Amino acid sequence: MMILGLYSYWIVIALMMIGLYIIIAQGNLIKKIVGLGIFQTSVFIFYITVGKVEGGTAPILAEAYSQYSNPLPHVLILTAIVVGIATTALGLALIVRIKESYGSIEESEIQEKDNPKC
Amino acid sequence: MLTHLPILQVIVPLLAAPSCMIIQRPILVWLFTLTVSGLSFLISLALLQQVMISGAISYELGGWAPPWGIEYRVDELSAVLLLIITFVSTVVLVATHASISKEIAEGRQSLFYVLYLLFLAGILGIVSTGDVFNVFVFLEISSLSAYALIAMGSGRRALWASYQYLILGTIGATFILISIGLMYQMTGTLNMVDLAQRLPEVAATRTIFAAFAFFIVGVSLKLALFPLHVWMPNAYAYAPSVITAFFAATSTKVALYLLIRFTFTVFGFSYSFSTLPLQPLFLGLGLLAIFAGSATAIYQQNIKHLFVYSSVAQIGYLVVGYSMGTPEGLTATLLHVFNHALMKSALFLALAAVIYQVGSAQLKDFRGLGHQMPLTMAAIVVGGLSLIGVPLTVGFISKWYLVMAAIENGWWPVAILIVLGSLLAIAYVWRLVETAYFSDPTPEANPVSEAPLAFLLPLWVLAGANIYFGVDTRLSLHLAQAVSQSLFGVSP
Repeated sequence: MMILGLYSYWIVIALMMIGLYIIIAQGNLIKKIVGLGIFQTSVFIFYITVGKVEGGTAPILAEAYSQYSNPLPHVLILTAIVVGIATTALGLALIVRIKESYGSIEESEIQEKDNPKC
Repeated sequence: MLTHLPILQVIVPLLAAPSCMIIQRPILVWLFTLTVSGLSFLISLALLQQVMISGAISYELGGWAPPWGIEYRVDELSAVLLLIITFVSTVVLVATHASISKEIAEGRQSLFYVLYLLFLAGILGIVSTGDVFNVFVFLEISSLSAYALIAMGSGRRALWASYQYLILGTIGATFILISIGLMYQMTGTLNMVDLAQRLPEVAATRTIFAAFAFFIVGVSLKLALFPLHVWMPNAYAYAPSVITAFFAATSTKVALYLLIRFTFTVFGFSYSFSTLPLQPLFLGLGLLAIFAGSATAIYQQNIKHLFVYSSVAQIGYLVVGYSMGTPEGLTATLLHVFNHALMKSALFLALAAVIYQVGSAQLKDFRGLGHQMPLTMAAIVVGGLSLIGVPLTVGFISKWYLVMAAIENGWWPVAILIVLGSLLAIAYVWRLVETAYFSDPTPEANPVSEAPLAFLLPLWVLAGANIYFGVDTRLSLHLAQAVSQSLFGVSP
């Protein structure tokens, strides 16, 4: 029960590992950015999970409700989402310019062009 | 006005950044940025003075009392870091206009200053805030502008270096974010002082242990601690020359600040040094960094690469001092933060002058430069001697205190290894000096003249500071000891 009850944390861990694995294993620059996105998303879900109180509602003052979920992590993660978008945008912009000057977005080919011998 | 200094420190460069977009003329934007940076320097001086007289300053953002509102907190450690950052920024900016006029197209120069000020605001924010989530936000502001600044470097290698830094830097920052989330989960607070009070209750849980581990890995990535330094050599070597001088002197110092701030103030000294084997870990990695960094530096043909690898080694010294976990060790580390900022900004600024005059910074281009650019090369020699740790330079002071702290701890082998590491520094500095002074310029090379005053003035302010603080240590030592005492006073 304990394990199933914490299912959203398991999703977080799974996404985190998938994201990190993609960043390490993929040679394509865009796929790396996708991996980075998944990795960051796992942290967003983690924060949202932390704020959820079972049976709690949105934090609106009303007579009928006494238990509220914590809204602060949600607000925090809005900021982190914005940061994530900025990172992705910057990464993709860099890839465009890398493609223009190297003619490739494969890590191995770029490294070969920088160090022709090895 | 004076009570608002902690927020002004951050908000002045932050608001000035977009204003650069309006001013299009490069020379005007440069003057504007220089003024803003100089203003920040004055603010940090005033803050330091206040902190030294009356202790840590707490500023409630928007009048909301902490721990509900965001608190800006400037204590001895923050004030010293703020002073170092704004000083280096202002001095480096003096040479910036001349340097980037050759390296960056005119239409993009005002964008360069926007990013520069954003980066400055970011690192100043990290150092002044007392809220852990604010730390993450400012960390990302500074990192994102750093990636873009590096990509402005000439040549396509700058793009690739920037991309690699973006991937690793984001992983590091996200690790810190996870750590903050785990701490919030257990304590329900984001305020550093509040966290420090609430963490001991839950310190035994595995969640806090995980938070601590995530933080250490994340900050080590940002710190470029060996072996997590792989992003640094290329990112710094291919960035615009003045940016290298600014980053090398400030960026890693801010990461070190975060390490000290979290381990001493937030987690508390006893927790930090007892849960993870932090001491052997950082001592081992620090010593490895010293030797691996210096040994790699010896074989570099690009002098920018050479000095970046030497930075990897210098980060090793910083971490070794930190790992001792004694007030003396921390004093040595803080002295070295101050001194290393002076050395590396002087050296990289001198390289910027060489690149301005010669066009590149390969070792072969330095042939005969000792006679053609005597003042610039003399500054490189001063910086190089300081890296080695020759008496009468700042490098000697920090090495001396580091060795003394190691001996006081009974760590004789460490003290010997620190001295041996300095011998490696002789090897790489000597190669450069020999080429510059004792070999004739290649016949086909164009004759080179001395760098313009825009470079020489800031360069010799820094080189002079290298010598001055190597002789008169009262100010730097007094500050380092005050910081060290305040940190150990909070968590005995």
